[in-house]
Amino acid sequence: MVDLVKSVEEQYLKEGIPSFGPGDTVRVSVKVVEGGRERIQLFEGTVMRLRNGGTNKSFTVRRISHAVGVERTFLLNSPRLDKIEVVRRGRVRRAQLYYLRGRVGKAARIKEKRERPTGK
Amino acid sequence: MIEGILGRKVGMTRIFDQQGAIVPVTVIEAGPCYVTQVKTPEKDGYTAVQIGFGQAKRLTEPQKGHLKKLPPVRHLREIQVADLADIQLGQKIDVSLFESGAKVDVVGLSKGKGFAGVVKRHHFRGGPKTHGQSDRLRAPGSVGAGTTPGRVFKGTRMAGRMGGERITMKNLEVVEADPGRNLLLVKGAVPGARNSLVMIKKAR
Repeated sequence: MVDLVKSVEEQYLKEGIPSFGPGDTVRVSVKVVEGGRERIQLFEGTVMRLRNGGTNKSFTVRRISHAVGVERTFLLNSPRLDKIEVVRRGRVRRAQLYYLRGRVGKAARIKEKRERPTGK
Repeated sequence: MIEGILGRKVGMTRIFDQQGAIVPVTVIEAGPCYVTQVKTPEKDGYTAVQIGFGQAKRLTEPQKGHLKKLPPVRHLREIQVADLADIQLGQKIDVSLFESGAKVDVVGLSKGKGFAGVVKRHHFRGGPKTHGQSDRLRAPGSVGAGTTPGRVFKGTRMAGRMGGERITMKNLEVVEADPGRNLLLVKGAVPGARNSLVMIKKAR
C-alpha cells in the first residue's frame, strides 16, 4: 500500500537543495515581510544540527553577532527560504554540535574538510 | 443533498500555505461511499440515508441480502438528510462534496485510555509532591463533606474508564480535497486512532 501521508508531503518538498551537514558554514537567504514589502535577509553561520522528517526537515544555524551567539532554526522545505549556499565544508565528529554553545573565538573553530586529492 | 461522507484516518503531517506558514493537517482517505439504503417517512418514519464505505473481506448472508447489487462495503453509517429528492440507491459520494476552505465536523471514536485516574481523566491537579507527602501525588482529594450530606453526590468526578467514546470535532477547515486520490486534508486533529473510521459532515 502506498504511504498516503508521504504522498501528500511530496508535493511540498523542495528540489535543488544543496547537500550540507553539521559543521558546514552556510549562507541562508530568507524572505522577510517588512511593512508590506518583501525583502531577502541573509544569515550566515555554522550548521549545528539537522533534523529529519518529511516536510518538517529542519536545520539550525549558529553565528556570533555583535558578540552574542544567535541560533536560528529553518525549515528546509519552507517556501520562505529563498536559497541556501554552502560557503565552507567543516570536518566534525558528531551530528549535533551543541558543544559550540560553550565556546567562543579560537575554541569554536571547525577544521575545514578537504576533498581527498585524486591521482596520488 | 447528502452532506456527509465516511473515511479512514490516515495520519497527521504539516504542510505550508501560500504565505509559507505551517499548517497542521490530518490526512483522511474518504470515500467513495455508496447509498445503501434510503429511509423514507412512509416506511421508517423519518428521512435519512445509509451510506457504506470500504472494501469488505467477506459478508455474512444477511449483509449480502442487504447489499444486493451494491458494492461489498465494510462500514455502514446513517446520515440525516432533509430532502430525499435526487437521492438514489447505489448513488456514489466522494470528496468532491467538499471544497478547500469549507468548514466540516468530523466524528470519530476516540482512543481508549483504559481505567484512568482523575489527573488524566478530569485534569485534577493532584497533591503536593513534597512537604512530607506520601501517596498523594495523583490523589483525587476530598469527594465531599462529612455527616451532612453523608453520601457522595452523583456525578462526582472520579477515576474510571476513559476514551473510546464518540467525539465530534466541530468547524474544522478543509485545507484540500483531492477527488482523484480520494484524499481530504483537514486542519488540526481528528478523533480516533490511525486507520479508524471517521465521518465527515458539512458544518452547520
